[in-house]
Amino acid sequence: MSDNKDMELIDENGKRLDGREFDELRDIKIEAGILKRADGSAYIEWGKNKVMAAVYGPREMHPRHAQEPSKAVVRARYNMAAFSVPDRKRPGPDRRSVEISKIISEALEEVVFVEMFPRAVIDIFIEVLEASAGTRCAGLTVASVALADAGIPMSNMIASCAAGKIDGHVVLDLGKNEDNFGEADVPVGVVPNTDKITLLQMDGNLTKEEYEEAMELAIDACDEIYEIQRDALKVRYSTTLEDQTETDEEIEKIQEEA
Amino acid sequence: MKEIISSITQDYLYRLIKDGKRIDGRDMLEHRDLDIQVGWIGPAEGSARVKLGDTEVIVGIKMDEGEPFPDTPDKGVIITSAELIPMASPKYESGPPGEDATEVARVVDRGIREAGVVDTSKLCIVEGEKVWMIFIDIHVLNFDGNLIDASGIGAMAALMDAVVPASEFQDDAEDYDLPIEHIVIPTTFTKIKDTIMLDSGLEEEKIANARLTVSTNEDGDIVAMQKGLSGTFEYEDTLKCVELSQEIGESLRQKVIDIVEKGKV
Repeated sequence: MSDNKDMELIDENGKRLDGREFDELRDIKIEAGILKRADGSAYIEWGKNKVMAAVYGPREMHPRHAQEPSKAVVRARYNMAAFSVPDRKRPGPDRRSVEISKIISEALEEVVFVEMFPRAVIDIFIEVLEASAGTRCAGLTVASVALADAGIPMSNMIASCAAGKIDGHVVLDLGKNEDNFGEADVPVGVVPNTDKITLLQMDGNLTKEEYEEAMELAIDACDEIYEIQRDALKVRYSTTLEDQTETDEEIEKIQEEA
Repeated sequence: MKEIISSITQDYLYRLIKDGKRIDGRDMLEHRDLDIQVGWIGPAEGSARVKLGDTEVIVGIKMDEGEPFPDTPDKGVIITSAELIPMASPKYESGPPGEDATEVARVVDRGIREAGVVDTSKLCIVEGEKVWMIFIDIHVLNFDGNLIDASGIGAMAALMDAVVPASEFQDDAEDYDLPIEHIVIPTTFTKIKDTIMLDSGLEEEKIANARLTVSTNEDGDIVAMQKGLSGTFEYEDTLKCVELSQEIGESLRQKVIDIVEKGKV
């Protein structure tokens, strides 16, 4: 949060810079199963964010001293591409990405049945290709879909979204300028259709009442995002079924002809 | 490296918690004895040695002239780092900061930065060219749980103790106290099964399911939060933690103020 207050974030009609209402998400599109080599993968476009996630595993954990004798380790790596932001980001992990990787790993571990794969690791690689505020939420959301796409046994997915405060108003899903010039940002990760919070951070300045308002916005939005996550999986696997029927029909036809 | 706990201790802790008790006899929402000593490190511009029970942390403030960030040419710079040095725990190893150290440093930094603890606009020397850089270095000496609170309180006390060494760098300047605008206090709660407790010790931290830090300023506003570990908090629980943090932060803040004022004389 910057304390530059020169930027007007809400116009005279009570609309945000990009024309959204206070409780409106940016457009979100998710596609599952986009990378051939990975065990599971997914791609998300969230406003101007473009983020991909790939899952490898469960596989043998290296280094071995990091193995857990009774469960699998969920290891997410959040990485921003050098070209994802206006000023080139120096490649490689920095303190911010180390922290984000840690909290995303922890948020996902909640829903993965880690007890099923002792000593193994489930690697999740999150690559931010274009960044425009809210990449950690996009990353966590898309990683959940990639895990499901990989067939990792899970009790649920995690949906994630931020709320925050701009020009004194509590709003959902901060955009780039809102994030830079707003007063507070609260990224939240939720186990959908419950009140269980698995990721929560906050920076800026909020009263308790504003915090409540922000959390309620974010939790409701997560249910909406969850639907998009599910749809992505449905599209991915129902097309495969249709293709299968088509193939079956073709085979039948050939057999009849012969 | 992973902390290990014997199943006997683990079961004992669970049994105690079921009866509403803790291993050291504290109430669920009682923090351990807090002891702060400021100005302990001579060469530092400000310093604080904090003991929270047996968790012990030294925070040193060093200042230097440097270039401002291009987007804030008229503001001083704050850089927070934490080191979990091998003397503090058999589990810590030497080498560059790992993810635990990074998280501690970033959560402490967020509280200080977002609350505007230091008025960085008063730390400009020549706009766009030279500003004061404040380095907050957190050194953990003994790890017995809840590093975030010990480090956050230590950083706050050390900043309040700090003097800008202007006379060392400029001929006609005099040293002055670092301009402190707000006093931010972090409070960290852990959840074990369904019980929420404040300031968990090492053994409690080892079996904790989830952790939530809430930092508040003197107006009771929330300025930073961080959930940690793989468990979850119910939304209602987070509200309760916010309320408790406002309350507990108030009394801790007074304590920090008293100690720093006494230490300065």
